[in-house]
Amino acid sequence: MLQIMEGSHAIAEAVRLCRPEVVSAYPITPQTHIVERLAEMVADGDLNAEYICVESEFSALSACLGASAAGSRVYSATSSQGLILMAEVVFNVAGMRQPIIMSIANRALGAPLSIWNDQQDSIALRDSGWFQLYGEDVQEMTDQHFIAYKAAERHDILLPGFVCFDGFILSHTYEPVDIPNQEDIDAYLPKYVPYNMLDAKDPISMGMYATPEYYHEFRYEIDQAMMRSAAALSEAGKEFGEIFGRDYSEHVVPYRMDDADVAFVAMGSICGTIKDAIDEMRTDGIKVGLVKIRTYRPFPEKEIAKALGGVSAVAVLEKNVSIGSAMKGAVGPEILHALNGTGIGVYSYVAGLGGRDIRKKDIRAMADLAAQGKGNMFYGLREEVL
Amino acid sequence: MALRIGCCAPPGKAPGNKTGSWRIYLPVIDGETCTLCGNCVLICPETAIEEVEGEIVVDLDYCKGCGLCAEECPTEAISMELEEK
Repeated sequence: MLQIMEGSHAIAEAVRLCRPEVVSAYPITPQTHIVERLAEMVADGDLNAEYICVESEFSALSACLGASAAGSRVYSATSSQGLILMAEVVFNVAGMRQPIIMSIANRALGAPLSIWNDQQDSIALRDSGWFQLYGEDVQEMTDQHFIAYKAAERHDILLPGFVCFDGFILSHTYEPVDIPNQEDIDAYLPKYVPYNMLDAKDPISMGMYATPEYYHEFRYEIDQAMMRSAAALSEAGKEFGEIFGRDYSEHVVPYRMDDADVAFVAMGSICGTIKDAIDEMRTDGIKVGLVKIRTYRPFPEKEIAKALGGVSAVAVLEKNVSIGSAMKGAVGPEILHALNGTGIGVYSYVAGLGGRDIRKKDIRAMADLAAQGKGNMFYGLREEVL
Repeated sequence: MALRIGCCAPPGKAPGNKTGSWRIYLPVIDGETCTLCGNCVLICPETAIEEVEGEIVVDLDYCKGCGLCAEECPTEAISMELEEK
């Protein structure tokens, strides 16, 4: 049954259904409503979890890491500065192979301070060993939490994951959303079975230091688990679809890609605007399509190469900037690598940073630029303020 | 030693981590001056020093040459000497 819910509250409902045993988070705009609602659920007895109040995000994820190491299903959520403050622990969680799921309400990074949306925060932790899913709308980002837990906790994966969604644009927007019932989720996501856990009777240390003879191989194993997680996420998404009617087996989703000359590549809520712009451009006879990335880590290179195979130019819409890089965006070079040897032009357009709106006419302008072979730039600079 | 997921290990000295390879200065014990007080055994951060049948023995696989034993020895029976390798 569809209900009108705020994005943050829909996520809180999804998390409740996943039955985490420990939740620890520190409130930060625009993630606050999620953990506020979870704290209410714990206080009201609707969620049987320990809610650990802490003084910072560093402590929040540290508490989560300890709780996960002790064998609990664990949840956290953060944004922007909070995620960056956690960064040391983020890498440790992956290295200790604890399948913690964390919601990221994407927000720009300071300085200058900005509370508004872009995807710089999660992109900055791209190499941390957490898989990264991006939701386009409230339903998708809500469902991705179930899938994330199911894939992460598999003993052949054991990796943490981010479920990313655009701050304010999705976290604070009310949309119709179907929230599954507890019985079905219990069947889909059984109780967490830890692979290793802390036990006073049989003590172990986790994340012990590794000498140069071993460290290299540990990093390799994390990467191998990440590569395997592509299939695990796909299987979890397929099974979810069979039960709940919404299939998430695909890491990339094409939109009007048949006979497209120019293709957009994007992640998150902007895909909705791009689809509307594509519909208008198609009406005008411009052959444009979109390849939406749902799974950014592990990077679905083969699927992207297949989806983009027939186009002449690709416009990668980047809500991030890799400062000092040739293409400017972080996603573009990976698309370029996926299409290596095809001769297809790949161009990044950094746009929408710090909450700047991306309008349909901007999408149309980017398609024009890509068709002309121009890109790898900050799109839409206000020259008058420079 | 096969890797364990998440780099897990039981407590105790990690046998694979032979910190002796770090050593530049070698503790040399003068048996005449040593009173077998046992301070060096207690202070050694690697637990690499033992008293064996009235003699102080250093496990060179793990002694990283930090020199704490020489610093703490009340009779200055331990000298740190540059090791030729």
